[in-house]
Amino acid sequence: MTVIQKKSDNPIAHLSKQQIEELGNELDAIRQEIIDSRGASDAAYIRKVIKTQRYLEMSSRGVLLFSVFPPAWVLGTLGLSVSKILENMEIGHNILHGQWDWMRDPKIHSSTWEWDNVTPSEAWKHSHNEVHHTFTNIVGKDNDLGYGIMRVDEDQKWHPFYIAQPAWNFINACFFQYGIAAYDLELGKNLTRPKDKRPEDFDEQVKAVLTKIRKHMTRDYVIHPVLSIPTGSFLPTIGANLVANWARNMWSHSVIMCGHFPEGVETFEKEMLDDDETRGDWYLRQMLGSANISGSKAMHIMTGNLSHQIEHHLFPDLPSNRYAEAAVKVKELFAKYDLNYHEASLPAQVYSAWHKVVRLSLPNGWLETTTIKNAPQQLGVLAKMVTGNRRTRRLLQRHLDSKAAKVTRTERDAVVKAA
Amino acid sequence: MSSTLQRPGRIRDRAIRLVEAATTPLLPADYLDLFAPLRPGAELRGRIVEVHPETADAATIVIRPGADWAGHVPGQYTRVGIDVDGVRHFRAYSLTHGPRKDGNISITVKAVADGVVSRHLVHDRPVGSIVHLEQASGEFVLPERAPGETTKFLMVTAGSGVTPVIGMLRNLFPVADSGVVRLERSADYDIVVVHVAPSEPDSIFLDDLKALDAAGMIRLIARYDDVHGVLDVNDIKSLVPDLAERTTLACGPSGLLDALSEHHEKHGLDLVVEQFRVARVEPGEGGTLRFEKRDRELVVDGATTILDAAEDAGLLMRSGCRMGLCQGCLVPMTEGTVRDLRNGQLTTAIPGESGTVKVQTCINTAAGPCHFDH
Ligand SMILES: Cc1cc2nc3c(=O)[nH]c(=O)nc-3n(C[C@H](O)[C@H](O)[C@H](O)COP(=O)(O)OP(=O)(O)OC[C@H]3O[C@@H](n4cnc5c(N)ncnc54)[C@H](O)[C@@H]3O)c2cc1C
Ligand code: FES
Repeated sequence: MTVIQKKSDNPIAHLSKQQIEELGNELDAIRQEIIDSRGASDAAYIRKVIKTQRYLEMSSRGVLLFSVFPPAWVLGTLGLSVSKILENMEIGHNILHGQWDWMRDPKIHSSTWEWDNVTPSEAWKHSHNEVHHTFTNIVGKDNDLGYGIMRVDEDQKWHPFYIAQPAWNFINACFFQYGIAAYDLELGKNLTRPKDKRPEDFDEQVKAVLTKIRKHMTRDYVIHPVLSIPTGSFLPTIGANLVANWARNMWSHSVIMCGHFPEGVETFEKEMLDDDETRGDWYLRQMLGSANISGSKAMHIMTGNLSHQIEHHLFPDLPSNRYAEAAVKVKELFAKYDLNYHEASLPAQVYSAWHKVVRLSLPNGWLETTTIKNAPQQLGVLAKMVTGNRRTRRLLQRHLDSKAAKVTRTERDAVVKAA
Repeated sequence: MSSTLQRPGRIRDRAIRLVEAATTPLLPADYLDLFAPLRPGAELRGRIVEVHPETADAATIVIRPGADWAGHVPGQYTRVGIDVDGVRHFRAYSLTHGPRKDGNISITVKAVADGVVSRHLVHDRPVGSIVHLEQASGEFVLPERAPGETTKFLMVTAGSGVTPVIGMLRNLFPVADSGVVRLERSADYDIVVVHVAPSEPDSIFLDDLKALDAAGMIRLIARYDDVHGVLDVNDIKSLVPDLAERTTLACGPSGLLDALSEHHEKHGLDLVVEQFRVARVEPGEGGTLRFEKRDRELVVDGATTILDAAEDAGLLMRSGCRMGLCQGCLVPMTEGTVRDLRNGQLTTAIPGESGTVKVQTCINTAAGPCHFDH
């Protein structure tokens, strides 16, 4: 993938300014229709999800008091994992987006909600709602793209550091909530700065995160395990909480990767974000910079309806239970304006996203020019690029580029010949 | 001594903190609310247990209040928060009952045209719904009096303004199986009720008033616009010749209350009033509302209150009476000018000069750009 502005087959080149404006108006109309019909059944929906999650959490933790018995451990861990996923995805994420603010219920409101995630709601709302949703997929602006530690685009210069990015990505998935907290704090950037260059409230924010970490650790790894001591379930309960937190982290990381990472999702250059980006342009960027997951209703709920990532990015503050309905109309618009509606099953999207992570961990052209036969030789090249200095890297990269160009040409010829 | 006194408190605090540690980031109450929303210590709520029609467009709503309901003085109102089409609205309603053995409370609501809450309560009859309540408040109550002293009152009620008066009368004269009873404590009350309504069938509680009249507890003077013409306050003297000896309590639309105030002031008579709704002046230009803490900016026309505009935009706002009486809706304005919709009066905050000014959001709207520390 290359930032859209540099592509030879730019997928939006066929749209005129006026068409983009019309597209914007049509999307506005879809949005308004849903706003006008929000009502009691939507309110009942979110209350039911919250109620279900709370009952599930209580009963799972109850069962885990006896987690020394394997069936209880399995059942409790499963329930707690599902509960934590619901709490973060369909409930927390969406409430913090303000999707339910219209109900005016102070208990289900973006300004009062606190979630089971070590990054405090306030911090996350800033980095996620304001930065990520505004600058979606703009390389260098949207930190969600790779969280600042990954190479997510061919145009990002390759550096030996990136060779380890599949491992990084896996570790980030395992500890995802801590990863998010670190990235909301811009920890990497801020720790390397002198103290007086850091944001004024940096220390305060770090403290808030540490407080949350302490509280959550106490809850999961002290209080509930201690309550399980009478049945001899202290250690099994610790294990259950570890697994549930891990499962929630892996799951949310996967879902979020699927939203913007799969092959074929567009990225944009900073320059696209000029001052005259219209509402239509912005909508267009959301449409092409997101990917959907197809699947069952249960899957949609477990992903917090982020399976409707395209609709979520178009209308981040509409109630999540209405995305499915919006998707039908949005899809029609994609067809009408001849745009690619990026949708695939969960396994396909996860594979695709991981494929991209691996591909971009390698220098441009390396994967394309490698076959089983020349693999040892290619590995040698890679090793030299990882260990060599900048000049070596530049030379070998040039070599790879020309070889890759040849491969593409031969492939093209083969296609022509076959035809 | 002091340490033994403190200990139980400290242990309790510690226990609470321990339970909180187990439920973080939620509170134990969030889980308890699933089972027992009306328990002691919960936010004050109630459950609607009965809705019975009074007239074609009015109904009495009986509510089982939460355990912490502290009771009321007849004439007072409570604020009821109810979700209509998924959106929470708060409205004030007078309590219309006297002592009740079952511990329930009741309000009587008249459905107004286009009324969001009143129409829902009267026509959808949401029996079983949980409502949010606030403790009773309000100054519209019978004045204190020395025991044994005979007290003469005139109660003027118009339309649904009869509700707080019914609360007072039911308290003074409860209905037993044998009919209305005059308790000893009520023996010395001498009450005349002037009840005004557009027509007889429209009148809520007319039967109650008639029964009290028939039992000799009160003297009822009913005036219907369609029969007697619109009441002129200057005629009250002829309806109630001993007006000068009475304290007047009046509840009804602002036109009637304004006229009564003027009349009573002129004649040096005592008057206690309650109003359900504020009269408004012509709207002005409007402006913008900037809520700094929420990082939101809204545009308002000159006729919408700051409170309504902010709530419609999904912001959480505090409110009370929603008519400029209770100060429950104050928000600090750091800069800008607001206009009072009741009288057009302007209030301005200038940084460095006036400093921050607290404004009532329920009766003010923007007059130009306004900044709030909210
Ligand atoms: C202290 C106090 C006590 C009250 N006690 C009672 C009571 O015992 N019984 C009762 O029925 N109401 C009472 N009210 C009025 C009640 O609080 C609501 O204002 C009323 O029910 C209308 O609310 P709504 O949501 O239906 O109308 P809204 O949706 O708020 O308004 C819809 C339309 O009706 C108009 N409107 C608003 N209020 C009134 C009104 N009071 N009369 C006529 N038109 C109105 C509005 O201007 C608007 O055009 C009391 C109000 C106060 C302040
Ligand atoms: S809500 Fe009572 S004064 Fe505004």
